[in-house]
Amino acid sequence: MANILAIFKKELRSYFVSPVAYGVLAIFTVIAGYFFWIITAFYQTASLQSMMNPQAAQGLNPTEWVFRPLFRNLAVVMLFMMPALTARLLAEEKKQGTAELLFTYPIRDLELLLGKFLAALALFAGMLALTLVYPLLLTPFIRIEWGPTLAGYLGLLLLGLAFLALGILISSLTEHQLIAFSVAFGAALLLWIVSWPADQAGATARTVLNHLSIIAHQESFAKGLIETKDVIFYLNFTLFFLFLTLRSLESKRWRG
Amino acid sequence: MIEVQNLTKYYGPVMAIEDVSFTVARGEIVGFLGPNGAGKTTTMRILTGCLPATTGRAQVAGYDLFTHSIEARRRLGYLPESAAIYGEFRVRTYLDFVAEVKGVPGRERRQRVDEAMEHCALTDVERKLVGTLSKGYRQRVGLAQALVNNPEVLILDEPTVGLDPQQIVEIRHLIKGLAGRRTIILSTHILPEVSMTCDRVIIINRGRIVAVDTPGNLTAQVQKSANVLVQVEGPQDAVMAEIRRVAGVQRVAPRGDAANGRWTYVVESERDRDVRQDLAAALVKNGWGLLELRPADLSLEEIFLHLVTDETAATVREAAGAGEQ
Repeated sequence: MANILAIFKKELRSYFVSPVAYGVLAIFTVIAGYFFWIITAFYQTASLQSMMNPQAAQGLNPTEWVFRPLFRNLAVVMLFMMPALTARLLAEEKKQGTAELLFTYPIRDLELLLGKFLAALALFAGMLALTLVYPLLLTPFIRIEWGPTLAGYLGLLLLGLAFLALGILISSLTEHQLIAFSVAFGAALLLWIVSWPADQAGATARTVLNHLSIIAHQESFAKGLIETKDVIFYLNFTLFFLFLTLRSLESKRWRG
Repeated sequence: MIEVQNLTKYYGPVMAIEDVSFTVARGEIVGFLGPNGAGKTTTMRILTGCLPATTGRAQVAGYDLFTHSIEARRRLGYLPESAAIYGEFRVRTYLDFVAEVKGVPGRERRQRVDEAMEHCALTDVERKLVGTLSKGYRQRVGLAQALVNNPEVLILDEPTVGLDPQQIVEIRHLIKGLAGRRTIILSTHILPEVSMTCDRVIIINRGRIVAVDTPGNLTAQVQKSANVLVQVEGPQDAVMAEIRRVAGVQRVAPRGDAANGRWTYVVESERDRDVRQDLAAALVKNGWGLLELRPADLSLEEIFLHLVTDETAATVREAAGAGEQ
């Protein structure tokens, strides 16, 4: 436990003494803010119109009209930003040669992995928490349904977990940050669009493809529902890739 | 303290070390000597647990590095060849992190870091970023991180490489200062370093151990003649003929090129016979300018060359083997 904490602190410090954390945080909040602005502006227009036409006001609520599209867009931004958080985690240690010393310290591979993973997760969680400003900004003007909104946040957090686990695996396989970034992005994109041919596929294939897609499981969260099967999908996904990363780290001990 | 048995390492089909066995007793400083690519770093990396051996066993402080890696690593301090350290950290922060990862308890940590910094003369730069430090200081940070958990065994891979002469002296002094309390293996291809700091030398070449002995014994075994270095201003052929006539001289050979008609010669004589007086007299008698005359002990370089190229290697190896038992 103490070792995980030591690695966690070191890794988080690394994020903030290098420009990585600032760059990712800045870009993420700028783009997220931009989406929020467009979406609320659109919602405002729709609200104005519905004053003339009360029938259109049916179903006009911030969960459906603001947060669902916002979360969808944030998921796309994450697709691009998450690999930047994980690319350096293990690749950089190998590139700089600091891995050599790290592997001689009395820490288990699992502790090393969890320390790094949790540091990336903490940074991401902080990044996501910054966007909580948006619902807070709206509270004086409209009634926010906090339950469904927080469910949407939970969905993004779980999606982020999956992205990070995938990214850290790829970072463990190369010593080039750029390759780690590109491959992690490509892999995440493939897992995202894997369900696109589902409509043309047969019944069984359609179920499988839809279930595989990393983004298909977001739908229920964005609507404000927490579905056990979706939660389990993301947790399974994360554990699976963390397990593979652990194996990849351990293989160095006997393969050289 | 360190026990290595029949260690062999192949990188794919390429043999790095083969059948390497040695032991290091508690408190000993052992030099690991060999040309580049001889297998020094490979052996050390196996000893630190960051590389697995193909076959054979390695133990540190009684713990096998493959089966009880964590226990063994807890008792180790390692300075890799190119001390790669997180450049974006401040010296104290970095050492604090290493102490924490190496399991130094929280309440002792500050004191240990202070001690390590003091030991390596880093206290002045504790607030500086490691990346901005000079190579010599970075090497000291590397040494400090190896020392910070107060390990029983220190493994130092080329601790003085890339340093300026002043820094080399400092680092050697530092290593000397650690002797007695800790068991140290240090690798180098700079031979004087070994004779200055080490109790015992392990010479390794092309992945095999060639000799294990004290620096003094190695010199005695290989050196069958006493050497004298003379610099003379005069015609080369005549000078060499004259030197050969001196009683006790076995061989003479010019060394290097002439500068302004001055030649340097290496004169080999019988081992227990000092030919210097006769030599000087003979040269002066002929009216040549005798510019320099000094005894030249066989350096470790020459011993090393003997060992890895000569047939004498076999006899030395036997002698070393006999000495071990």
